[in-house]
Amino acid sequence: MASLRLLLAKPWIWSFIGALLVWLATVTFTGGYGGGGMITAALSLAVFTVVVGVGQMFVITLGPGNVDLSLPANIGLASAVAMKVMDGNDSMIAVGLLAAMACGMAIGAANYLLIWALRIPPIIATLSASFIIQSIDISYGRGLQIKPPPGFASFTNWQILGIPVLAILTVLFSIGAAIALQRMIYGRSVLAIGQNIRAAWLAGVNVGRIRFLTYTLSGALGGLDGALLAGYFRGANVDIGNEYLLASIAVVVIGGTSVAGGKANVPGVWGAALFLVLLLTMLNTFGVSAGVRLLLTGLIIVGVITAAGGQKALR
Amino acid sequence: MRPEMTAASVESGPKSSSERSALARARLLRGLLPAMSLVLVLLAIAWLNPRAISYFGFSLMLNLAIPIALATIAQMFVIAGNELDLSIGTFVGFVGCVTATWLKEAPLVGVLILLGSIGVYALLGALIHLRNLPSIVVTLGMSFVWQGLAILILPKPGGKAPDWLLSLMAFKPPFVPFPIIAALLIAAVVHFGLMRTSYGVILRGSGGNAAALSRAGWSLLKTKIVLFALTGLFGVLSGMALIGITTSADANIGNGYTLLSIAGVILGGGEFVGGRVSPIGAVIGALTLALAASPLLTFMHIPPDWQVAANGAILIIVLAARVLISRKER
Repeated sequence: MASLRLLLAKPWIWSFIGALLVWLATVTFTGGYGGGGMITAALSLAVFTVVVGVGQMFVITLGPGNVDLSLPANIGLASAVAMKVMDGNDSMIAVGLLAAMACGMAIGAANYLLIWALRIPPIIATLSASFIIQSIDISYGRGLQIKPPPGFASFTNWQILGIPVLAILTVLFSIGAAIALQRMIYGRSVLAIGQNIRAAWLAGVNVGRIRFLTYTLSGALGGLDGALLAGYFRGANVDIGNEYLLASIAVVVIGGTSVAGGKANVPGVWGAALFLVLLLTMLNTFGVSAGVRLLLTGLIIVGVITAAGGQKALR
Repeated sequence: MRPEMTAASVESGPKSSSERSALARARLLRGLLPAMSLVLVLLAIAWLNPRAISYFGFSLMLNLAIPIALATIAQMFVIAGNELDLSIGTFVGFVGCVTATWLKEAPLVGVLILLGSIGVYALLGALIHLRNLPSIVVTLGMSFVWQGLAILILPKPGGKAPDWLLSLMAFKPPFVPFPIIAALLIAAVVHFGLMRTSYGVILRGSGGNAAALSRAGWSLLKTKIVLFALTGLFGVLSGMALIGITTSADANIGNGYTLLSIAGVILGGGEFVGGRVSPIGAVIGALTLALAASPLLTFMHIPPDWQVAANGAILIIVLAARVLISRKER
């Protein structure tokens, strides 16, 4: 009983409860048919949201105003870079993945350069950068018809006993991210900056370096995500990352990370990502039209955020 | 150019007269920056294509400036209260769909829907304040809601603007093109309301120092509701103006306006925090973007692929110029 109460006090538990409720509602609707397949599909799709969500989580934890709006453009460009470098060749998979991540890191570093040099809010810096990245992608990826190497495509779809291998790897990655956040100097510094940037600076945290690393990390994860998406969906696309703007921010907030910064948790990102994917599956199963689906998705997101409530401002 | 009641003027303290005049010069330069960017874009257009600088040329080039300016003003109100509206683009699209369908076929219902949507904005303001929610996430969620509603109202592009709206937007005054007159009017009205009335000061103060305002007995709930309702109102005006120009609607017609409006406010000298905004600057910023977005780039023979990048580059250049000037201000 005590352990249950302890569990309910965790900020991330609600996103998992939400995901479970949505799954139960869908399975009830289908009369128990396809429940397992739904979990497999949800895990495969949630992976892409979790990877960028973790990057966005570190950025948002830096404090108010910190957010990476260049992720969709970043994902789009990296997907094209990965496909071009791999060129349908199995032996180039690792090189392609590295190239996509390097491309993302360069974008993240450029973002921080703008924030630092122009002293502008990250929102407008990453927004301006995303305009430019988008153009580069349109020009670079024009008419790109390269399919992913067969080995890479089957790797992104590989399942063991109905569990996608990519999801297992992403869980391992999330555990690593959680350790980095709570147990390593880097993560503690991010949290300290989010709680009070001046206090962190006075305490000897190298604020500039940590912020640079965080934006670069977010960029690198965006790049990795672009490559994985291109493998999963069999090709690069300028618009492949569009939905991850809302998704990456929403999973962070629904997962119980504070938008005011300084308080983060990784499990919530998983719970919220599963919740969003299952929600979409549920609405598709109910057979609603595109308009109703968008309407309900929006209302549910606003509803969940309202129910979760914001942090009381620290004054 | 605009009254300064921000931290900068308080912190500076006693200074020698020469320092003070240098400070005033830097501040003037900063205030003039939006106008200078507009003049620069106009000069570039005049140089590349002298024939564009005419009554007809401006009417064409500034065709979409009115809805962009109205959307930018809408965004400016939420930014004045330290919030951000990421749903204004899809909201403009939603209003456009209502305008091209209900407002023409059943004007009373149409008016009620539009008033109701302003009410929704007011409620959002209340919700964001009462539950202390991040406006970015709430409005991102709302952007789905507006888009969904727009698709439900108008599943396929079509509809038709009401006749009175068409004739209003096709108005051709003598000597000065209508978009310029409309822009001046919008800037003047909003400038008076927000910068010259006492409640305007309170509204901006809610972004500048909310704690001080609430201790002085002003309701922060009310200021947030008013700011969001004004955003809704100008969003409605923007959507209607847009449909008056394009004559028919499409659920995705306003999607680009979210980014354009934020960029316009920033180009116009607004800042994300501190209630530091400028209605005149915002309108100038919107005009600059409207001109820079396509006419200038077309005259410069920049391929369509790179037009988005050019927008980003213009933003970065203006912000860089502002940093250079602000450095003197310190």
